[in-house]
Amino acid sequence: MKSFTRAASNSVSRAAKLLVVAALLFSATSCAVVKPWQRETLADSIMQPDRDPMGSGLIDHVYFSREAASGGRSVGGGGCGCN
Amino acid sequence: MCRHNSFIVRATLVAFLLLLLPVFSIGSLKQGDRMPDLSSFKLEGRLPDKLQGRVILLDFWASWCGPCKLSFPAMEKLNQEYEKKGLTIIAVSVDEKRENMERFLKEMKVSFPTVRDAQQKLVGAADVQAMPTSFLIDRTGKVRYVHDGFYGDKTVKKYHEEIEQLLKEGGR
Repeated sequence: MKSFTRAASNSVSRAAKLLVVAALLFSATSCAVVKPWQRETLADSIMQPDRDPMGSGLIDHVYFSREAASGGRSVGGGGCGCN
Repeated sequence: MCRHNSFIVRATLVAFLLLLLPVFSIGSLKQGDRMPDLSSFKLEGRLPDKLQGRVILLDFWASWCGPCKLSFPAMEKLNQEYEKKGLTIIAVSVDEKRENMERFLKEMKVSFPTVRDAQQKLVGAADVQAMPTSFLIDRTGKVRYVHDGFYGDKTVKKYHEEIEQLLKEGGR
């Protein structure tokens, strides 16, 4: 009975080890280095967070005026909506 | 328990090293290296017939790269000024689509030869660190200067100094 318990415990610990290794290896697959010459898609304008600076400026202006708070979304000025 | 911990530490270290594996690249074109044989990379387009004994500016560029757009007029001026004195500019496009390269060249209209590294093997072998990257190769075929990126007048000034120096040096 004692040897059976030890064998079961060993197999559980081996399975746990395998699980740890598998988890660590799996996490490593999520990383990829994009070389400078492979950045065609990343360089596309659609990938830019701010493709229309003037439009963003207008939205920011409306946003901070309506919120009655200054400095909202990195835009300076008061919350009166007059500037 | 202690054995378990040391195993986990070791497994973590192995995983971490595996994680870093793609960061390190084996072999890249650097100062002092011989210029690779361009004809062995199956480049699209026609390479200049005579490269031996010439100073070569090997430039890697792409149509989607902003600084490359700025560098082309400057390289065209260099070509006009130094081609007869012994400079050959070879612009290697790394564009995935040929039509993008063609559209760019239609706009730019340059007189130096441009080829496309369609399989990206040459650029992979050179392992450039930025776009554009240019290699200045002396008359003996050795890489003498590497320019990562294009910084307008600053880069152009360096090009002039280096090209003039390399042109003065003897050939093989």
